Amino acid sequence: MINRKILWLFMLPGIVLYTGLFVYPALSGLFYSFTNWDGVSPSYDFVGISNYKDSFDSIIFRKAFLNNIKFMIVVVVIQTIVSLVLALILAKNSKTSVFFRALYFFPAILSSVSVGLIWSFIYDPSIGLINTGLQHAGLEQLAKSWTGDAKIALYSIAFVQIWAHAGQMMIIFIAGLQAIPGELIEAARIDGATRLQVFRKITWPLLAPSAAIVISYTTIQSFKAFDLIFVMTDGGPNYATEILTTYIYHLAFSNYSFGLASAGSMIFLVLLGILTFFQFRALRRDGAAG
Amino acid sequence: MKWVGRIIMILYGLLIAAPLYFVVVSSFKTSQSFYASPLGWPQPWSLQNFITIFQAQPMLQYFWNSARVTLFTVVIVLFLGSLISYAIVRLGGRLGKFTFAYFVAGLIIPSQVIMLPLYSLVRQLGWSDNLTALIFVTAAGLLPLTVFTLTGFMEMLSKEMMEAGSMDGAGEWKIYWRLVLPLSGPSLSATAAFLFVMVWNDLLIPLLLLNSTEKLTLPLALMQFRGEYVTDYTMLLTGVVITALPMVVLFTFLQRFFVTGLTAGSVKG
Repeated sequence: MINRKILWLFMLPGIVLYTGLFVYPALSGLFYSFTNWDGVSPSYDFVGISNYKDSFDSIIFRKAFLNNIKFMIVVVVIQTIVSLVLALILAKNSKTSVFFRALYFFPAILSSVSVGLIWSFIYDPSIGLINTGLQHAGLEQLAKSWTGDAKIALYSIAFVQIWAHAGQMMIIFIAGLQAIPGELIEAARIDGATRLQVFRKITWPLLAPSAAIVISYTTIQSFKAFDLIFVMTDGGPNYATEILTTYIYHLAFSNYSFGLASAGSMIFLVLLGILTFFQFRALRRDGAAG
Repeated sequence: MKWVGRIIMILYGLLIAAPLYFVVVSSFKTSQSFYASPLGWPQPWSLQNFITIFQAQPMLQYFWNSARVTLFTVVIVLFLGSLISYAIVRLGGRLGKFTFAYFVAGLIIPSQVIMLPLYSLVRQLGWSDNLTALIFVTAAGLLPLTVFTLTGFMEMLSKEMMEAGSMDGAGEWKIYWRLVLPLSGPSLSATAAFLFVMVWNDLLIPLLLLNSTEKLTLPLALMQFRGEYVTDYTMLLTGVVITALPMVVLFTFLQRFFVTGLTAGSVKG
């Protein structure tokens, strides 16, 4: 016997909360994207799709989009390789592995504001750890303004993103590695397969579902990055680290172009939707349930 | 081959540990000794930064704000989320599937997309600068992930057992509260750990909703310190150390939950 009325009552508070404070704002964002609202005035006009046109025409929007792509590619490629290598080293359970796993994972529990401030200190051009360290080593010529130089700022932040999250992705790879039956690898080794052959023919194919999870998660996570950039450079210098999320934030809260920013948010959501679609396809193809 | 692995292991360990080491050490330095030698040992070891920051800033207030917001949000999300998941599993069929899809659709939409309309909605409702509003807004955004995780888990529990419960005359509430919730312990605790870290560390939603000094949560307080202390890193890093302490303590004692919870949560989010 199922009491449907009671079950609806169970769901009601959650549905109300989620609809009112999540679904409704999401839909009203779509609505505002067709207006010229400034975010504060009581009135606004409908402007059709001109916000969307203006977004695509905006040089800063395009720059932000390109930065998003660059940031995403760098983080996905490096973070996946790093976390895989770390997982291969630490997959066997031992006291040392458990300790190092915890250490590598640790940055994931820090707030992105803390991580951003820690690395602002490390990157500081005059008293930061890196430049002072280089000075001590007699390598002053390598010292740089890590987040102040438009050429490298985005990559400096990508490095921090990887520092903070590679350990988490390593855990997913380790779970995948530990699910591979040890007898399989032993048998292959007895039959004379080299370590490299074992990795290519056994470990890697069986690890593909974990890799799909790591890659798709990292793709989405790096595409919707906001906090680190907001804390460390706020999009500067000269838009060198401006990405779509910070672009939207600045449009809305510095320029009061709420309508235009809403259009930007919707474009951002569509791009994210496309990435998510590929994520699901990749996960399904590799037979991972996620 | 083996020693290459060892070397990488230690080097990467240093890459993670060195920044953390310098953060902690710097928080015990006076400003002068920090600027004289940023890499050196504190001379002398000083607790002055910790004393100053608690005197100059309403640190306890920030702690209390963060603690309240985190605790209430996590409890509300887990309670409402588990009720929904239970109902979805019990209802089954098209209705259950539809409700599930309605919530899971929210997984695709990050808070970065709804930040503007959320900001204006909260303003229109007159809920700006209100910690209760922050709790409910944060909870709403975390429901999709929670419903997704808990439904997946509850689906694996035996339906016959729930049926048997209702045959014996137990009401839905009793089956939920006495049977399903206790059995969902592992999944609830992993989700709780994940939610805890998410809410405690959240920047964006508090940034949109709060503005007066006495309402700030710790991450926002850190942002404010940066404005005040600019490059007085010893004070800034002291703030970082204090903010991270509760998470470090929890992580040390409940490592297992954190690692599984954060990893599972991140995969689904």
